[in-house]
Amino acid sequence: MEAAKPSLTIAPRRPLAERLGLTGVDGVMLGASVGLIAFSVFTLATSTRDEIAGRPMYFVERQALYAAAGIVLMIAISRIDYTRLRDLRMTIYAAMVGSIALVLLVGTAVRGSNRWINLPFFQFEPSELAKVLLCVSLAAFVYERVRRPFGLRQTVTLLGLGLAPAALVFLQPDLGTGIVLVAVALTILFVSGIPWQHFAAIGAVAALIAGGVYAAGSAAGVSFLHGYQQDRLTAFLHPSDDPSDASYQVNQAVIAVGSGEEVGRGSEATQTELLFLPERHTDFIYAVIGERFGFLGAAFVIFLYAILFWRAIRVMRASSSYYGTLIAAGVVAMLVFQVIINVGMNLGLMPVTGITLPLMSYGGSSVLGTFLALGILQSIHAQSRRD
Amino acid sequence: MVIAAVAMVTLRLWSLQILSGEHYRALARDHGVLDVRVHPPRGEILDRTGKVLVDNRTVMSLELRPSDLPSSHAERRAELRRLGSLLGLSQRAIHSKVRETPQYAGYPVVLRQDVDRRLLFYMLENRRSFPGASIERTYVRQYKDGSLAAHILGLVGQVSPHQLTRPAYRTLKPGDIIGQAGVEYTYDKFLRGTAGSERIQVDALGRPRGQLGSRPARAGDNLRLTLDAGLQAVGEAALRAKGLPSAFAAMNVHTGAILAMGSYPTYDPSFYTRPHTKAQYDAFGNRPGDPLVDRADQGGYPTGSAFKPITATAALEDHLISPGTIFDDTGSLDIGGLVVHNAGGAAYGPVDMSTAIKVSSDVYFFNLGLHASASGKHGQIQDWAHRYGLGEKPNIDLPAAGPGLIPTPAWRNRVYRSHKNPYIDRPWNQGDNVNLAVGQGDVMVTPLQLARAYAALGNGGALVTPHVGGRIVDVHGRTVRRIRPAPRRHLHISDQTRNVILGGMHRAADEAGGTSDAVMGSFPIPVAGKTGTAEREGQQDQSWYGVIAPYDNPQIVVAVTVERGGFGVESAAPIARTILERYFNLNGGSAGAVNAAAARAAGPG
Repeated sequence: MEAAKPSLTIAPRRPLAERLGLTGVDGVMLGASVGLIAFSVFTLATSTRDEIAGRPMYFVERQALYAAAGIVLMIAISRIDYTRLRDLRMTIYAAMVGSIALVLLVGTAVRGSNRWINLPFFQFEPSELAKVLLCVSLAAFVYERVRRPFGLRQTVTLLGLGLAPAALVFLQPDLGTGIVLVAVALTILFVSGIPWQHFAAIGAVAALIAGGVYAAGSAAGVSFLHGYQQDRLTAFLHPSDDPSDASYQVNQAVIAVGSGEEVGRGSEATQTELLFLPERHTDFIYAVIGERFGFLGAAFVIFLYAILFWRAIRVMRASSSYYGTLIAAGVVAMLVFQVIINVGMNLGLMPVTGITLPLMSYGGSSVLGTFLALGILQSIHAQSRRD
Repeated sequence: MVIAAVAMVTLRLWSLQILSGEHYRALARDHGVLDVRVHPPRGEILDRTGKVLVDNRTVMSLELRPSDLPSSHAERRAELRRLGSLLGLSQRAIHSKVRETPQYAGYPVVLRQDVDRRLLFYMLENRRSFPGASIERTYVRQYKDGSLAAHILGLVGQVSPHQLTRPAYRTLKPGDIIGQAGVEYTYDKFLRGTAGSERIQVDALGRPRGQLGSRPARAGDNLRLTLDAGLQAVGEAALRAKGLPSAFAAMNVHTGAILAMGSYPTYDPSFYTRPHTKAQYDAFGNRPGDPLVDRADQGGYPTGSAFKPITATAALEDHLISPGTIFDDTGSLDIGGLVVHNAGGAAYGPVDMSTAIKVSSDVYFFNLGLHASASGKHGQIQDWAHRYGLGEKPNIDLPAAGPGLIPTPAWRNRVYRSHKNPYIDRPWNQGDNVNLAVGQGDVMVTPLQLARAYAALGNGGALVTPHVGGRIVDVHGRTVRRIRPAPRRHLHISDQTRNVILGGMHRAADEAGGTSDAVMGSFPIPVAGKTGTAEREGQQDQSWYGVIAPYDNPQIVVAVTVERGGFGVESAAPIARTILERYFNLNGGSAGAVNAAAARAAGPG
């Protein structure tokens, strides 16, 4: 009866989620993503103490900062209406292609590859952001095109738009990100409902051209696979000859993961501790987890990713708009491809391609890019619940 | 499709970590572990009084293991170029060092010993950029008295691949240092010690990150020799003063303990502690006079009259004659048409055995040689020579000691038939026996062998086992083992025979007209000594002197030989006297006081 006395009424407490702006957010997906980034920070804290002499927390502090910024970004994005991005498709697409092109012109080369742009605060890797921007812009292009009569010409145009950034990334050269971009583009086009005959025709032509180039190259004495195979073999026989060699890395990663056994080696993790494993805070962080935390830790990470995939696919299927479905399909492809290729590489199933593990590998561009993508998924989720 | 991919990754994870986890755990464990061999310091070698003759010096050396160099030709060249500029060596110089250092596959080549601190730290910090090259802390032998007793001390060197296959060297690794000559070789298992190891955790760049465990190296035990460094120095100085290729052996008559033993010319063993090219090693060993040869136990020479005590033993013990048997020494003897003469054309008239030894009557001993039987592998003189240890290895604890040679009819006829020796141009005849009776002809005896034979005469018949090792002492000073080898055999020589021969040798050194009276007559302690003057093809006579002292209570035997030294009394006897003077402390000092007091206490008898 106290409600009858307005003077004494305290404003009803809003739920915590509402106060944090989390209404309409998929809590399970949020939990999985925050769990993954937290695990990443924890792993870096345990295994990168000796990475930079005198600064044991260097990677931890930075990754925590990126994580915080990424979560805020994700929540902020989830609150805006993603459909408005459709109108910005030309700007977004141009910015994306422009930034990749800029890298080719002024970028900083690291280990023979030109992927970074030096910004005042950190090195920015445009191709990480490009994956998300491609999802948003290509989905918008498809959305615009399918309203008109749909011909092979349209398909070729869209395919060109989708594959152009990948081609630029291949030039950096960044094979891994290029493959992800191709996967994202093809997934969006596949989900869009373009007649399968178009793909069949284009695929046949591509196969013909590739075959022709291969035949001509072989005839001209250019070897496509042979040199690579030879390098692998040499590296296998003399792993210490060239520690930067791909198969050396895979060998070390497989040994690291295998030696983790059931519950991991903890602080006795010599493979990662003693620097046998290169790139262990970025591309090979999964091997670090495997060695330190064993099957328990490594399978737990896979479990978190499985939840993330499940919720992302759920968003895609539940989306009330065609545009949302296309974007979500692209994001799903992006996440799944990166996770499977990176983890496969760490387990010796896939060749080394330099793909980061989303939310796990150290790196601002990768973390922020992934959270941006998840933010858009959350926005789609929120929109479809509202409709 | 997503489910399939996730399932595949999980399966792979299961197979790696759960099914094959142990395999990979083992791989990872071995990965960062480096086993470093820790070399022990080698035991010291001391003389009988505890004076250090050989100890160790620590050196930091820059070693190159050619087999660990980069396999690519260009990288190897680049690394050698960088090493060359650090060391101030041309690439050609490094190449020739690698090629010319006597070494085996996988063995280190010492590029520079005693690297300075600047180079030391540079190499330690940049070891990753120099695969195959490393700074090693090693022990190097340090010889306290230069060349003193060089032939006895011997040398150390890397164990050879062939040696590694022997059971005695089973625990060693290529590059380990072992004794290769002298007592360093004989007592290697005591001196060597046991290598330790350190398991070090290293990271992928080869930087040490911590120690996993270690087994300390156990230092080698010390070796106390029977040598007296002072006596050794005096003996070697006497040889050096004479300046001719020569050798001496001074031994305890009863135990066979070598008190001093030297050979001239000699060498400085520290030469071998520094890296040299093969050409330099060869040049060092091939200097005139063959300085690496230990003439005291490897140099076999005819002894001349110094052999007569052996002939005398054979004649008396085999009853060819009695001590009173007299031969009329007319100065020459006709043996089947061949006339042989006394040295210097002297004629001593009718002499008995004692006098024949005193004046060294060749005619008397020619007669004994003529009457002694010899056939096949035996002969009366030959058999007694063998009992005295001549013609056989002396069993001394030095690896290179030679057997010498006592000629028998069987030996001479075999060599003659083989046509291998141009000097053996006819089969055996009785003339060879006549020659042997006076220590001439094909007979070869080392100074050590003569000393041993005289010792048997002096001590009443025990053929001692000569030895330079006294005892093994551990690092705490406790005696681990005493080296007291039993005599090889006992000779059955009657007291009468022994007294006649020793008496003759005493008269030779002490009475007017004795062969060494000129040198030993004035010696205050009575001695029994025999000179030897051996004719050698194409050069001056070989000078010998063998002496037992004191005559009435033998303690020490000294044998000296000098190549091209002329009469025994001219060159060899004075050297023997110098050694005895030092032993009996006749020139002041305290080392020999005990010996002299003991000699006097026995008194004349």
